[in-house]
Amino acid sequence: MKLFVNGKEIEVPAGAMEKRIVEFLREDLDLTGAKNACDVGACGACTILVNDEPLKICVKRVKDFSGQRILTIEGLAAPDGTLHPLQQAFVDCGAIQCGFCTPGMVMTAHAFLLKNPRPTREQIRRAIFQNLCRCTGYQQIIDAVEKAAPHYRRVASGILPDVEDGILPSGTSRDISTRPELSTASPLGGTPGSTAGRRPAAT
Amino acid sequence: MAKPETKCWRNDAYAKVTGKAKFTDDLKFANVLHAAPAYSDFVHARIVSIDTGAAEKLAGVVKVLTAKDVPGTNRFGQIIRDFRIFADDKIHYHGDVVAVVVAETREIAIRGAQLVKVNAEPLPAVFDPEAAMLPGAPLVHENHGTNLINTHVVRHGNVEEGFKQADFIIEEKFQTQTVEHAYMETEAAVCVPRSTDGVIEVYGSMQHPFSTRRFVAACLGVALSEVEIIGTPMGGGFGGKDDTAAIVCARTALAAKLLNRPVKMIYCRDWSMRESYKRHPYRVHYKMGVSKAGRITAVQCKIIADGGAYCSVTPWVTWRSTVQCCGPYVVENVHCDTFGVYTNNVVAGAMRGFGSPQMNFVIEQMVELAAERVGISAIEFRRCNMVRQGSVTITGQKLDGHKVAMEQALDTVLREMDYEKKLAKCSHGYGDGELYGIGLAMSYRGVSLGAEGVDFCAAIINAQADGSIFVEVGVHENGQGAESAMSLLLAEELGVDLDRIRYRRSSTSNIPDSGTTVASRGTIMGGGAVTLAARELKQKIAEAFCEKLHCAPGAVRFANNFIVGRSDTDRIAFADAMREMWLMQRFPFAFGVFKAPRVTWDERTGQGDAYFTWVYGCQAVELTVNKKSGKVKLLNAVAAHDVGRAVNPEMVRGQIYGGMAMSTGYGLHEEVKAPDGKMTTLNLNTYRVPRSMDLPEMKAIIIENPDPISPTGAKSIGEPANEILAPAIANAIFNATGRRHFTLPIHLGALPEPTACGEGCK
Repeated sequence: MKLFVNGKEIEVPAGAMEKRIVEFLREDLDLTGAKNACDVGACGACTILVNDEPLKICVKRVKDFSGQRILTIEGLAAPDGTLHPLQQAFVDCGAIQCGFCTPGMVMTAHAFLLKNPRPTREQIRRAIFQNLCRCTGYQQIIDAVEKAAPHYRRVASGILPDVEDGILPSGTSRDISTRPELSTASPLGGTPGSTAGRRPAAT
Repeated sequence: MAKPETKCWRNDAYAKVTGKAKFTDDLKFANVLHAAPAYSDFVHARIVSIDTGAAEKLAGVVKVLTAKDVPGTNRFGQIIRDFRIFADDKIHYHGDVVAVVVAETREIAIRGAQLVKVNAEPLPAVFDPEAAMLPGAPLVHENHGTNLINTHVVRHGNVEEGFKQADFIIEEKFQTQTVEHAYMETEAAVCVPRSTDGVIEVYGSMQHPFSTRRFVAACLGVALSEVEIIGTPMGGGFGGKDDTAAIVCARTALAAKLLNRPVKMIYCRDWSMRESYKRHPYRVHYKMGVSKAGRITAVQCKIIADGGAYCSVTPWVTWRSTVQCCGPYVVENVHCDTFGVYTNNVVAGAMRGFGSPQMNFVIEQMVELAAERVGISAIEFRRCNMVRQGSVTITGQKLDGHKVAMEQALDTVLREMDYEKKLAKCSHGYGDGELYGIGLAMSYRGVSLGAEGVDFCAAIINAQADGSIFVEVGVHENGQGAESAMSLLLAEELGVDLDRIRYRRSSTSNIPDSGTTVASRGTIMGGGAVTLAARELKQKIAEAFCEKLHCAPGAVRFANNFIVGRSDTDRIAFADAMREMWLMQRFPFAFGVFKAPRVTWDERTGQGDAYFTWVYGCQAVELTVNKKSGKVKLLNAVAAHDVGRAVNPEMVRGQIYGGMAMSTGYGLHEEVKAPDGKMTTLNLNTYRVPRSMDLPEMKAIIIENPDPISPTGAKSIGEPANEILAPAIANAIFNATGRRHFTLPIHLGALPEPTACGEGCK
């Protein structure tokens, strides 16, 4: 069985199939960004992207992800370490305190902005509803997501020029996420134009 | 100071936003064992035997630890040594740990823990703190002789006279709930025996490394120097990562020491909820006398705090409640009796606010009830009674030496909210659909520990020959940004760029015990120590270079990475100066200590200068209540806090937003439920922490009146931000519905039609 994690193809050993995927990522791949905080899917600290959809993985097994594209917080910044604009916005807006919810929160926000790069604050609030944060009261997290949105619009506009005009045709926002050009981490990761994190299309 | 006004600065932001920050469970050590705690199903029982046989036989189990394996002391505590590292004589509450199973994997350890069987004789239990105070109640700790943990009093003026002067008497009973900190990261520890010298290294999620070291050393029966607590990012504390977190470290360290292998113990959420201490539930009987002119003439109150099964810091929590039992109001006649009580409920201890959220819920509704009775606005009533410059508190402390900014905070919120205009629009129970209300609450708060305890803090600055600088301070990074605040203060004081400064990974073996990072004391105490150390360092540098710079040492300035003499051309680059100092055989090294100014306290009368300075804050909220469902929706919230000086403004705002969010949970959602002492709210799907949709847009306004007592001018924000939104919500709900709520959390069902004079009229 294969997984595609942060643009890399991973061959899963047979013995790991029954493992919880969060443990597989944390222990076997040393991707410790996703956290265990409740083990029942209540808090969102374990959120990653699976085929661009946010998913709380603490109750899922490795075998459920055969052939899937996984993006974890470790795959969001450029390979040279340059923060993704969403991450930079979290830093600049003071959206980080203890930092335990941060990886899951950033991944949820990333998935949301891929679909809706022109959100209202109320829509952002609704989008992060599944992710608990005990430190910030969410205010500066919402500020950060709002601040990062223009980047997603710019990226989207390369493909859909009408988006930047402020007129988003109905259904367009859904379409963005399913466009193959956008369905890898790469156009949205790192500096504009970089090929960071690009990987071959999943088969 | 070059303030990062538009951007926030944190030394750990990059690591945290990229997932690289290594929290305790993220740390990996070769040959590591895993541990899990075993509980019994008893709530109060005398232990006959603990059967570990089945667990020991399970393949992969290496050892099962119980009280008999503790080489040092099994009983410890910060005030009364009644915490058991492992239950020995009795089970005192449902969260008591009887054994720890150590195994090759975490799964095996957990399975092993389920096989530990406890034989015990059940004892009558007591869950009601008032019942626990009655003669003949079952004793939680027989050798203590009583269920009373502690008492405090305030005897100020003459209450009988005060009530005689009153035209109205308002008397109410209030009750608050048990609340969980719900830090996102559960208790966690990895302990590693160091092969070179036998020291046990402890990496863990705790907010008091030095207290943890005391617990660990006492449990192991070793010297403090044989335990090293190493700074590790912590996923939230809020006061909750002290005793329980320290005990988790002690048990893990014991396993590591006995087995001579690294041992990791990561708590599941349900263990954390079941075992960890909580915010005290309070019962308060409050009687207030007021004159027709709107002056409070007397207050009499009885405060009962349910401390649960162990003492923890109940005497300190209830002390703050006692000192602040009249809120920010001048009352000349006060009689307060406070009781901390043992029960067989979950342990209660420190939580952000530390005895003030309970009392503010009471006081900030009492003043509104009083205003209503007198027939003046609640704002006017507050103005009439609030502390001002030179006021004398109910403990006889004259408020001077700092700006008393109570009215400034109130006015700031009133203006920002357009409060009085909106107040006129409140529904008071009338109307259909959504009822509208606005409400506010305010408080003052003694900064740091006050007369609770020893209060001083150390900082070490060690500049290197290339101009880079290490700093380490005796306060702990709880996630609030302490390390960043310390670094910002140092950069400002030395006139150097932030990127020169590296906050050294903290260790209890490097820096003197500076107390716990609680009581909103991190910035004022740690920042004070950094500033004093930096001034000492500057003195050393000035002495080394004053001749070269053609001026007296006192005239040497530090700015823009230069050390500057009389004229701007007499200067030397900071990095060059550091190298030259090395050649001169002078270390650019400084040790700074900030000692809290003296406080006084007479426990017999409850009088004294309880805290060396105070902060002032006010918060208001707008909301609607759905008349059919009783659902409350917050629309908007505003806070104004005098923090002395904001070192990292965006982080100050973060504290305020987070505090308001937590206080919203306290007011409307959160409650630990434990019928017959057995908790049913064991995870984040049943314990209701506020989510994004539960909260409104918030505005945080920073008021800066630098405090002359604080070397940096900065004071506090963590707890002040978290102690008044719940009463503001209660007041807003009253203004929306015409109904008062005396119990937390506030539950509203369908609302009846108001009576002719409104339900709030009595």
